[in-house]
Amino acid sequence: MNSARKTINSPILLTITLLVALFMLAPMVLSVMAGLVNNYSVGLRSGLTTRWLIAVWEGYGGTVGWSVAIASACVVGNVLIGVPCAYALARTQSRWARAFEELLTLPVAVPGLATALALILAYGQYRGFRQSFAFILVGHMIFTLPFMVRTVTSACQRHSLIALEEAARSLGANFYQCFLGVLVPAVFPAIVAGSLMVFTLSVGEFNLTWMLHTPLTRTLPVGLADSYASMRLEIGSAYTLVFFAVILPVLWGLQVAAQRIEKHYGT
Amino acid sequence: MELERIRIKVINCAKTYADGTRGLQPTTLTVEPGEVMALLGPSGCGKTTLLRLIAGLEAPDAGSQLLFGEQDVTYRPLEQRGVGMVFQHYALFPQMSVEANIGYGLRIRGIPESERRRAVGELVDLVRLQGLEKKRPAELSGGQRQRVALARAVAVRPRVLLLDEPLTALDAKLKESLRDELADLLKRLHITAIHVTHDQQEALAIADRLAIMQGGRIVQVGNGEALYRKPAHPFVAEFLGRVNRLDRSAQDLSSGTIALGGATWTCPAAWHDQDALLVRPEDIQLGNPQPGWGTAQIERRVFLGERVQLQLQAAGVPLKVEVPRDSPYQPGDTVGVWIAPERLMACKQIQEAA
Repeated sequence: MNSARKTINSPILLTITLLVALFMLAPMVLSVMAGLVNNYSVGLRSGLTTRWLIAVWEGYGGTVGWSVAIASACVVGNVLIGVPCAYALARTQSRWARAFEELLTLPVAVPGLATALALILAYGQYRGFRQSFAFILVGHMIFTLPFMVRTVTSACQRHSLIALEEAARSLGANFYQCFLGVLVPAVFPAIVAGSLMVFTLSVGEFNLTWMLHTPLTRTLPVGLADSYASMRLEIGSAYTLVFFAVILPVLWGLQVAAQRIEKHYGT
Repeated sequence: MELERIRIKVINCAKTYADGTRGLQPTTLTVEPGEVMALLGPSGCGKTTLLRLIAGLEAPDAGSQLLFGEQDVTYRPLEQRGVGMVFQHYALFPQMSVEANIGYGLRIRGIPESERRRAVGELVDLVRLQGLEKKRPAELSGGQRQRVALARAVAVRPRVLLLDEPLTALDAKLKESLRDELADLLKRLHITAIHVTHDQQEALAIADRLAIMQGGRIVQVGNGEALYRKPAHPFVAEFLGRVNRLDRSAQDLSSGTIALGGATWTCPAAWHDQDALLVRPEDIQLGNPQPGWGTAQIERRVFLGERVQLQLQAAGVPLKVEVPRDSPYQPGDTVGVWIAPERLMACKQIQEAA
């Protein structure tokens, strides 16, 4: 039975909530508005315009596509490498596996600049690789892998999953049939959740990417930094607006897809 | 559905876990072709370990031997043993329909679609799941899931069916009706089956024979009635049903008697050296105090529906007694107690296997 839900009427709580919300929304609104006015120092009186947006699209439009492409490739790579890795970690009791898991998490704690420097030191001499988007992709993979692996590992460790595996094997399934036919579908919601996180992290990643990028390989956040540093404030703000306009629909779409999948596959 | 029937021989099987704990002491057990054997005991008694060894989910210690019919399967991997398993929480594949779950083993074996459909259809009829073929496990009731799990396990025509606490996940009322249903299904399949449970009623209702386990070893094997009436070990007596323990004094031992509530009876000759005897609550007779009977006070009365449970005090000895539901006794009453000598059971440790 549902108990009657109690609504708390507290003007103090409401005021605090509104204040905090306002405090957090104000920078977003200001930043977006700055990209839509003719002259930020004059303010709204200078009139609204889309010319900054057009300037951004002309100058940095390519970074949007590359960011989404890298994030997507990052998700694919994470699924291919991270999911088997997560399974192996979940089924290994050894101390080495635990140590490996810690090692895997390290890039999250270590500043991205340090990770990127290490990558450049190790692989910087391979010019073709160094100058391609693949170099940035590798950096993003290193940074996002622990998120996928951790999420899927904990899903794989569920007792019900171990029983599913045993059931499949008792019915004659070999390892691959069991892994692809039973295990992966059973942890699919976790894989989707992990993918969503990986995609989001990759799209917004700046630290590593800043070190790894070349003038020809730039992602959205790098372009953003570039525009903030070298152009009018209005262009930088318009860039933020572009970022919102591109990324929010993608994220919402993915969220909805993830919820659908969760609903369909969840037990 | 005709299934192969084989004899299972567990010879000297033991299991020591990596951390050194002994999950199962060296155990020997034979399950006859087509027989349903229950492994019954409290948690931690080794029943699940034994089942998992037979299934091939655990590797036994060196020196163990496991035969399915004439075939030595001790070192065969699970997927080649030809066992069907029903798991405690069914372990149905959540993303697959009822049909796909039942047909999974056949699909893995590369059975052609048409034949698979026919076999699945036959099983759906057998376990009465008509109309639910397209549903997913999450949409089924506990009882329906359990039937899907059973159908899935027998679809591959296993040589042995292993049931790991198949009714534990259900509530009490449902459990009872499903218990009978499962017993009926196993009878119809007539397959060699091993059924692990900690529920004595379940074991009695489903199994042909019971192996009572305690502390990693089998204490006694037999059919339910024999075990209940003639337990060879106090643990068996206590685990299957309830018992009262009647201690005998030094004087009782020397004079070959047993005393209760002021009365003294001759102890059955076979048990002269037993320092205590056991008696079941329903085997104690109550009546008006009379010569030759002991006396006791009734302390508590619990009405259980079909019977009444009484707690008695007989000169310092607490007694549990069960009487028919119309018995008039109330707390505070003084009653006569009497036990037929043939109802007394021995309370001697059996020889521990070395």
